[in-house]
Amino acid sequence: MAASALVSGPFCSHTAAMAGLARHQLEDREGRCVLVLSGPFRGSTVGPAAAGLRQLDDVPAAMDLSGVTEIDTAGAWLVGDIALRHGAAIEGASERAARLVKALQALDTGDESVAAPRPPLFERVPGALGEKVFAARRGVVGVTGFLGQILIGAGHLIRHPRRFPILALVRQLELVGVSALPIIGLMSFLIGVVIAQQGAVQLAQFGAETLTVNLVGRITLRELGVLMTAIMVAGRSGSAFAAQIGTMKLTEEIDAMRTIGISPIEALVIPRILAAILMMPLLGFYASCVAIVGGAVIGDVMLGIPFWSFLARIQEVVPVHDLWVGLIKAPVFGLIVALAGCYHGMQVQGNSEEVGLRTTMSVVSAIFAVIVLDAFFAVFFTEVGWG
Amino acid sequence: MSEDTPRRLGRHERYRGEHPIVVSGLVNCFGEQTVHENLDLTVRRGEILGVVGGSGTGKSVLMRSIIGLQTPDEGDIHVFGQSLTEGDPEEVVGVRNRWGVLFQGGALFSTLTVGENVEVPLKKFYPDLSAQLRHEIARYKVRLSGLPEEAVNKYPAELSGGMRKRAGLARALALDPELLFLDEPTAGLDPIGAAAFDRLTLELKRTLGLTVFLITHDLDTLHEICDRVAVLADRRVIAVDTVPRLMELDHPWIQEYFNGPRGRAALTAQALDELRRHMDLPAAAHAVKVLDKPPIGSDKA
Repeated sequence: MAASALVSGPFCSHTAAMAGLARHQLEDREGRCVLVLSGPFRGSTVGPAAAGLRQLDDVPAAMDLSGVTEIDTAGAWLVGDIALRHGAAIEGASERAARLVKALQALDTGDESVAAPRPPLFERVPGALGEKVFAARRGVVGVTGFLGQILIGAGHLIRHPRRFPILALVRQLELVGVSALPIIGLMSFLIGVVIAQQGAVQLAQFGAETLTVNLVGRITLRELGVLMTAIMVAGRSGSAFAAQIGTMKLTEEIDAMRTIGISPIEALVIPRILAAILMMPLLGFYASCVAIVGGAVIGDVMLGIPFWSFLARIQEVVPVHDLWVGLIKAPVFGLIVALAGCYHGMQVQGNSEEVGLRTTMSVVSAIFAVIVLDAFFAVFFTEVGWG
Repeated sequence: MSEDTPRRLGRHERYRGEHPIVVSGLVNCFGEQTVHENLDLTVRRGEILGVVGGSGTGKSVLMRSIIGLQTPDEGDIHVFGQSLTEGDPEEVVGVRNRWGVLFQGGALFSTLTVGENVEVPLKKFYPDLSAQLRHEIARYKVRLSGLPEEAVNKYPAELSGGMRKRAGLARALALDPELLFLDEPTAGLDPIGAAAFDRLTLELKRTLGLTVFLITHDLDTLHEICDRVAVLADRRVIAVDTVPRLMELDHPWIQEYFNGPRGRAALTAQALDELRRHMDLPAAAHAVKVLDKPPIGSDKA
């Protein structure tokens, strides 16, 4: 229903009355312009009438409230506002209506914006850009400082080995490592299958299908096994670290630990980082092995290379340093993933939205850093002759 | 409750029955543990009903049952004459916009400003309000709950604990409820803030004609603003009455609660307030002077 049609007139009032809504009408009583209000004036009913009441055709000298059946603060607010604006006297109000209008008129509100203050666009864009730059600097300083705190914490633990949170470490080893085995195994198996199958199709063009063994063996041990595992761990465990620690920060658990004299770095961060560093090589090696098995299955089914011959060929064509490349990269990736998770978790403050934001940031920055570092490692190992 | 049941409330009509809340035969169990057993409670329209009880007697569970957050195992709960347990969802919606709830921690939406928090129920239930009117309503509700107007565009994290409670109250009042649930509103406030909150509750009740269901541990609140007090013990409501009459009852928990050192201190404080209003009488002035200096070694709480 169009609000503007409700300004006045018997027809419009009639439709409003049918719907049980607030009505208003300007009447001429003995030369005085009187605004007659009727029907319920409640939050649920004043909506359509409010616009019309704000733009009256004439200036009323008085408002007649005797027809108002129900009133709450929303209606009383509107009535009081109109009365103040036009300097109109209020007549025929019930005891409740008069009390509410008086109470609300006394509040004296201004026009403070309900939304949080928002600067204009030309300030916001450079502001946001500047904040990004500052955040980047703060991030670098923060991560370095965090790393330093961890080293100090680790130093403490080395000097006082009895304080080492061994139970927490075992728990994290289980969460990061053991419980990730099924999903990482399945993922790696499928990757092995895809590489072998796609590789075989391409290599068949040169009649070199047997080189599929080299392809699967070298690429999984050197690159994909560890890389995919790091991405999986970042998604599974890095995000969990950030969310857990972030929530603990919000509920002041971290502060409580500090006051009791437990360092959150030693109790929470170090077990998680150690767990990731220790588990990543194992998980990466496991992933590579399962991927090779996946490749061998495809070799057996599609290429006619018997399963066991495929595995035997792997030993011949894959140099041992490929295994070392993977195993050296794995703990570094684990460190980065856990560091990102714990760092972002510790940065949470304020509200629940921040937990989600920081969790996302931890995963994104961990995966990004892992891939950048992987590129460096690839160049490095080739240069040192482990190509 | 014969006058409460017969007809459905009109959509824009205020409730005119005598008993907005009627709980009968309520049973709540958590696993093996029975929290409520055959609990009965009737709240009168226009009163402030205080609900007290030791920790773990199920005060909050009772409130959660009444507002439908906890499905009771047995028993009937009628709010505004409509059963929440067997009512159809349409009617329950008609009840939901007639009450406001202030949770213990305020439970403000942390990603919205205070004003936007107040607007959430308005948007949900009154979609045809113009944005301008909705902003105005949000502003005066915030003022009504005793906050300065600048608080409208602050985020909950920027407010102190007491201000957050008031902001929560502003949201609870957003729809002009007829029934207000307050869960320990003065817990965690300093005595001045707590007294101010009590006065605010009383003032709002008088101006807006509210019925208030108030869970509290605060003896001053009970003495100052509650019309009646319901005592929860032994898994049910053992008594509902005014404070002076409750104090005469011969139940160990009630005796310890109201006549313990803290209970007496609250009573003395209230008596002093009463006497100070008649300082022109010499007897009253003398009594205030004597009572103001408590004997050494007495409990100062």
